[in-house]
Amino acid sequence: MAVISIGEYEFEPLDKEENFHGNRLTYINWENHLLFCSPVCLPLPADMPFAALVGEVLGGVYAKHPDFEKIKWDEVTWRLDGKDFSPDMEKSLGENGLTHKSLLRFWTQGLHGIAGSNS
Amino acid sequence: MAAKRKKKLGLKQRYSMLTRGLDWETSYQKMDDVFPYDNYEGIYIHDWEGWEDPFRLTMDAYWKFQSEKEKKLYAVIDSFAQNNGHLGITDARYVNAIKLFLTGVSPLEYQAARGFTHVGRQFRGVGPRVACQMQALDELRHVQTQVHSMSHYNKYFDGLHSAPHMHDNVWYLSVPKSFFDDARTAGPFEFLTSISFAFEYVLTNLLFVPFMSGAAFNGDMATVTFGFSAQSDEARHMTLGLEVIKFMLEQDERNVPIVQRWMDKWFWRGTRMLSLVAMMMDYMLPKRVMSWREAWDIYFTEAGGALFKDLERYGIKPPKYADIATKEAEHISHQAWHIFYNYTHAAAFHTWVPDKEELDWLSEKYPDTFDKYYRPRLEYLDKEEKAGRRFYNDTLPMLCQVCQIPMGFTDMDDPTTISFKVSEYKDDKYHTCSNGCKDIFDHEPMKYVQAWLPVHQIYQGNCGGSEMEDVLKWYKMNLGADNLDYNGSPDQKLWDEWQAHRTKV
Ligand SMILES: [Fe+2]
Ligand SMILES: [Fe+2]
Ligand SMILES: [Zn+2]
Repeated sequence: MAVISIGEYEFEPLDKEENFHGNRLTYINWENHLLFCSPVCLPLPADMPFAALVGEVLGGVYAKHPDFEKIKWDEVTWRLDGKDFSPDMEKSLGENGLTHKSLLRFWTQGLHGIAGSNS
Repeated sequence: MAAKRKKKLGLKQRYSMLTRGLDWETSYQKMDDVFPYDNYEGIYIHDWEGWEDPFRLTMDAYWKFQSEKEKKLYAVIDSFAQNNGHLGITDARYVNAIKLFLTGVSPLEYQAARGFTHVGRQFRGVGPRVACQMQALDELRHVQTQVHSMSHYNKYFDGLHSAPHMHDNVWYLSVPKSFFDDARTAGPFEFLTSISFAFEYVLTNLLFVPFMSGAAFNGDMATVTFGFSAQSDEARHMTLGLEVIKFMLEQDERNVPIVQRWMDKWFWRGTRMLSLVAMMMDYMLPKRVMSWREAWDIYFTEAGGALFKDLERYGIKPPKYADIATKEAEHISHQAWHIFYNYTHAAAFHTWVPDKEELDWLSEKYPDTFDKYYRPRLEYLDKEEKAGRRFYNDTLPMLCQVCQIPMGFTDMDDPTTISFKVSEYKDDKYHTCSNGCKDIFDHEPMKYVQAWLPVHQIYQGNCGGSEMEDVLKWYKMNLGADNLDYNGSPDQKLWDEWQAHRTKV
């Protein structure tokens, strides 16, 4: 039973992909940098190249952090929806396997945040 | 042999006439049709007369008692206003706790009134029905008296002008709102377990005591008086919470696992909501009462421990994840405050970095964690702010599908890594912040897939527009006054002027 109810109970989820005007919700987290209190949520088109995510989107989100400019992007490790992941920069988010409400986490080697506190 | 007739009934008799003598078994309609709500949850009740009335209060006594309390309360509220009581508080930063209370908690009193009115119709047993109806009246009184007590601050301070609208719409207020929406849309027995037991009995001392003693410590006599006025009501509410649990557990063994699951769920939802109180205690009170950690140890670990020991004889265990929540007491206030610090530009109250003395207090209260995980970050934020670069997070956060809090809570064994849980349901992913929230989702996914998550609603275009400013205006926030850091706020400016004036006199 998907709910305890007094009668029939079947409703549409509120956050179906088609409600986001052609975008997909994408959750992103820069690990060990909790100056940004939580992962962020962004509506992104599935055909956006992964390189644009890295080159344009992530800067808009995280550039305030003093570690951001020190990131060596070719050494970054990624996990997509709980699995190790190596993105193809030339391919789109969709071709890289990102779907609606995917969670993308990345670790930047050697960077441990403000005063080494993982912030 | 005619018995002597008493002129007046005793209190006990009057009470039993009220709660027993006025009820009947229906004959034209089936009882199940008249009371369709009280058995679909799977709770078996064999004898409604087994309900031990916790209130034992007749209506006439109730009105008399309440009206006396009202008279006293309104006398204090009047004199607070006449004597410029707001000047007696410790510091204007304190008012931000009031803002959080008025927008986050007072509307829950109204939600409680609605919930108890509903279940006060739905039980076929007259005892619980009367108890719930009386509590509904109490809760309506609470929302009114809170609004009246705090309205004085609205004359001088920002962020207090649109509490009901904000409660229904603003992103962080969806945390308490969705908590109560969840409770009110459950069946009547689950509602009582969530509100009367988990909220009013187990966790109340972690909600009202901190706010009321915080008010007392910080010179807010209006709120203190409201607290006193509600105290005897709360004592009755607590007995109702315990009674409903014992009633269900004593009626049928099959009720035990259902009650246990509700306790697990509502304990977890409650602790998540209490993260707002935790940060209030550790960060928002200029004069601190005790740390959140200390409050948790006294009111949950000790008092709650005794309660669950007592319920053991029914086969009830302490709530699942109580151990996690106890570990969280070390971190949750810092993590919650950091979330609000990140997004104060979108909040109707101010945040700030604690001053050095306050940071030292936190270091002392949290010796194992504060200096290691939180102090360096706060000192950095302070430095940035003083350099004119106050840090704000410009991107909307990912929210937990169940508690709706931004996913800023970490794994408690690894306080530098965010805790991520996910469920799949009908081809979609649903993210939660903890196993506690994930269990709740997985048990009733059809309920939570409908969650009105503020961030997602903004992106769907349902919150006034696509720019942050449009959304904040839709929230009815006065930009530059209600939001942003305390430093530089109109609240601060006004307060500093008052203080300067005072030292001159
Ligand atoms: Fe109340
Ligand atoms: Fe209450
Ligand atoms: Zn959660």
